[in-house]
Amino acid sequence: MARMKFLCDAERCIECNGCVTACKAEHDVPWGVNRRRVVTLNDGVPGERSISVACMHCSDAPCMAVCPVDCFYRTDEGVVLHDKDICIGCGYCSYACPFGAPQFPTNGTFGLRGKMDKCTFCAGGPEANGSDAENEKYGRNRLAEGKLPACAEMCSTKALLGGDGDVVSDIFRTRVLQRGKGSEVWGWGTAYGKPTGAKS
Amino acid sequence: MIARGTLALLMTAAIAVPLAGCGEKAQTSGQSSVKKSDAKAWEGAPNDPYAVGGWKAGDKDSWETQMKTRAQQGQNEYNRSAAAPADAKPQ
Repeated sequence: MARMKFLCDAERCIECNGCVTACKAEHDVPWGVNRRRVVTLNDGVPGERSISVACMHCSDAPCMAVCPVDCFYRTDEGVVLHDKDICIGCGYCSYACPFGAPQFPTNGTFGLRGKMDKCTFCAGGPEANGSDAENEKYGRNRLAEGKLPACAEMCSTKALLGGDGDVVSDIFRTRVLQRGKGSEVWGWGTAYGKPTGAKS
Repeated sequence: MIARGTLALLMTAAIAVPLAGCGEKAQTSGQSSVKKSDAKAWEGAPNDPYAVGGWKAGDKDSWETQMKTRAQQGQNEYNRSAAAPADAKPQ
């Protein structure tokens, strides 16, 4: 099996935030913590593009490299997870991560920095699979239930793909070969026409 | 002789008791600082009412097949709309 990966098709993402909502609901993510979010480039300008961003489960993860208490680990499927019982909430991982994936709960009057929280690829944490302790600290373990991440499975346009990297690549390759490229693709050009003054 | 022994014992106790107060408390959080080993996803979650069928918990191959099948069936609409010709352009 290849590594588990996310891939977001910018031609299909309609910035509905369904993935964000699915993640929030599935894992009971607290207020102020966003394991996944949608980023829009050139918002409001014809040709704008959106992508859904979360932890990319890097092969050579910078968060793992900088963690002073070595709380991160990688599963056999390439999912980067961490142990909240070891995490000291220092925030080094958030400085190192190029995607802004590590999140810190800011509960309390003075916004106390809590233990780090991030996307788990719906793979839970080091507690027993499907246990209450795992659910409370890390959220649902959908992989152990035979499912894929909720965000990808809930995506209405299937812009966000998640799963075995080989399968995700196959799906995306088939899609691009079918739909063409540039203005031929599904999405903005089909729905709203080409931007005014644009050359084909 | 007994008086000297008792005196020595009392002096030792008199020194030891205040020094015990200078002792250092454990600074560990009481939680394990060693990473716990995580169960494999393919081992499944016992007694999980939300687990889906089609694969066998503990069987790595069947879990991998389940992951691939689920991704293709759930995320590849070209498989879901198999009636469309392979070379058809989307409208």
